[in-house]
Amino acid sequence: MLPFGLPELDRRLPQGGLALGCLHEVAGSGAGTDDGAAAACFAAGIAARLPGQVLWCVTRADLFAPGLAQSGLAPDRVIHVEAGDETSVLACMEEGLRHGGLAAVVAEIGRLSMTASRRLHLAAKNSGTTGIALRRWRWLADADEFGQPTAAMTRWRVSERPSAALPVPGLGRALWLVELMRARAGETFDLEVEACDGTGHLGLPADVADRPAAAGGRYAFG
Amino acid sequence: MWPIDRLRRVGDTPSDSAPLILSGRAGSRRVVTAACDGALALGLRPGMPVSKAQAMVPDLRVERADPDADMAALERLALWLMQRFAPIVAVDPPDGVVIDATGTDHLHGGEDAMLQAILGRLTLSGIVARLAMADSWGAAHALARHGAALSIVAPGDTQAALAPLPLTALRLPPATVGGLQDLGFATIGDLLAVPRAPLTRRFGPQVIRRLDQALGAVGEPIDPLRPDDLVTARRVFAEPIGAAETIARYIDKLVRDLCRQLEARGLGARRLDLICWRVDNRAQPVRVGLAAPLRDPARLVRLLCDRIPTIDPGFGIEIMSLTATLAEPLAPRQTASLLEPAAPDMSSLIDSLTNRVGARAVYRLAPVASDVPERSVVRVPPLSVIAAGWPDHWPRPSRLLARPEPIDTMALLPDHPPRWIVWRGGRHDVEGADGPERIFGEWWKRDAETRAVRDYFRIEDQAGRRFWIFRQGDGEDMTTGSHNWFLHGVFG
Repeated sequence: MLPFGLPELDRRLPQGGLALGCLHEVAGSGAGTDDGAAAACFAAGIAARLPGQVLWCVTRADLFAPGLAQSGLAPDRVIHVEAGDETSVLACMEEGLRHGGLAAVVAEIGRLSMTASRRLHLAAKNSGTTGIALRRWRWLADADEFGQPTAAMTRWRVSERPSAALPVPGLGRALWLVELMRARAGETFDLEVEACDGTGHLGLPADVADRPAAAGGRYAFG
Repeated sequence: MWPIDRLRRVGDTPSDSAPLILSGRAGSRRVVTAACDGALALGLRPGMPVSKAQAMVPDLRVERADPDADMAALERLALWLMQRFAPIVAVDPPDGVVIDATGTDHLHGGEDAMLQAILGRLTLSGIVARLAMADSWGAAHALARHGAALSIVAPGDTQAALAPLPLTALRLPPATVGGLQDLGFATIGDLLAVPRAPLTRRFGPQVIRRLDQALGAVGEPIDPLRPDDLVTARRVFAEPIGAAETIARYIDKLVRDLCRQLEARGLGARRLDLICWRVDNRAQPVRVGLAAPLRDPARLVRLLCDRIPTIDPGFGIEIMSLTATLAEPLAPRQTASLLEPAAPDMSSLIDSLTNRVGARAVYRLAPVASDVPERSVVRVPPLSVIAAGWPDHWPRPSRLLARPEPIDTMALLPDHPPRWIVWRGGRHDVEGADGPERIFGEWWKRDAETRAVRDYFRIEDQAGRRFWIFRQGDGEDMTTGSHNWFLHGVFG
């Protein structure tokens, strides 16, 4: 179990944090379903807070390593694999999950069938390695597939929100809407958080953090 | 040119300017066996008496020819090529190396790229090489010596490519070539045009055999170079085998045999070649690379067995041989201690990934000291140590476009961010921006970058999406750039 370090978020997750040794899904929304920029930072933040090496499997090599390093994932901790197609990405992810010496395996895939996800989930369970399926689709229409059931433990959607204006020209920390769309033995919710800092930790926006803990997030279901 | 190149590489030639010839004995005469480019330009030819050459060129440097040393050096070169390029390599005396590139060219990016890579490495080592790739050993031999410096013949075009070449390209004894020339044959095409039976009656079966070998009609197996100090395990089967399970069983036996030999010598394998010789005398090579020296039988067996589907047993496999083409010292070391948990061993994972997707596709991204974003990252092998990270002064996007995409903008010059941008047909109003971060061209790399400037801005649109955009040029001076705007990355 890996807590996010935000009580607002952790207390709504079934085990008080992200279950380790499982498969999780992360996707972006809108244009983010294609570039997966925020989802990549979210996944990098999770992987950064786990001790050990991380395997990152892609079909399109458009990750910018300095950006990942600013989400907490240093270059000496990531092994990149650039596979030709999604089938070999899944095979590489399974290979990484079965190995057992890794902290986390992140794979950027579009299609993820029930069979494939169950296989990955079992591989993750046997070795205790956490798998993160970073879902990316080239076309927005294909993103409907994100509604299909998979064997993943949780399903997250990370979308960008307009950040709070600063009193001076410039940009502050990015703001995300993190939606837990599905969780086994848990409730769905969404929460506005500040993007990962240099150690992979999310933050709470000032207006949420100042509220009493019982009030919860703005988009909370209950 | 091989003897000359070899002598030059040995380094006992003080200057390249003096013309150099090698002298050997033909009966009781001393004749020129090889001449360098300078000597050839002066009119010296192999085959002429040394005394005549010395009379023609006063300050000629004459070295004694040493065919044995040439051959030994050629074998070393062939071994070097085998360790890097393909499992089946043999010496093609007196001055050639033949490589069976079946199933290996794609690992080097295609036939052309493979030849270019070999040519580049040889040229850097000071060896003048001519390369050809063709369907058969004979055709490649002929084209490399009498065709272009680097020629590739597509499958099926062999006959057309060979026809204009002279008869000396056919690997025939000089007496036979002379006899054929006396009869008026000048090129291989002339030979192809006449009936075969009279040729055989006049010159024996040799002519037709060499012709068929060059055309690929008769097989000519390449007996791969296997020096004595190479660790090899080999099995010969009384009954040819073909089933995947049987192959797997014998791979296991071969690997165990090999590991025993490696252990006796204190070595670990870095590259393994499994060659399956079929009953029809064709070889099926499988090459497996390892990230670190290894002699753990279970892991080696697994890596090789993953590749069984690529072996085509045909009518059956007679001989299987397993060679540690590249081996490095591997001392036994302590892997676990009671005091601290052992660091997980990544090399087994990297080996299986590498053999699945290729060595270039598994990598780490390491920093390069460059401010230009696309040059600040380099791919390094996955087991290399990365010392430092990137400077953390400015936020960097998590996705970088392969090349910057032009965008339409409206912006105040010289140093304001745009008010809006249009990227891929979608309009984004800029709600907030940070910048500019000025990046200067690297004048020490290219002249075109002497005055080039990029001004990077980080912008956030109305939906909260953040982009990394830049303007080419500093906004005032047109010599610093075109003042067009580009989108380079997306922030998370």
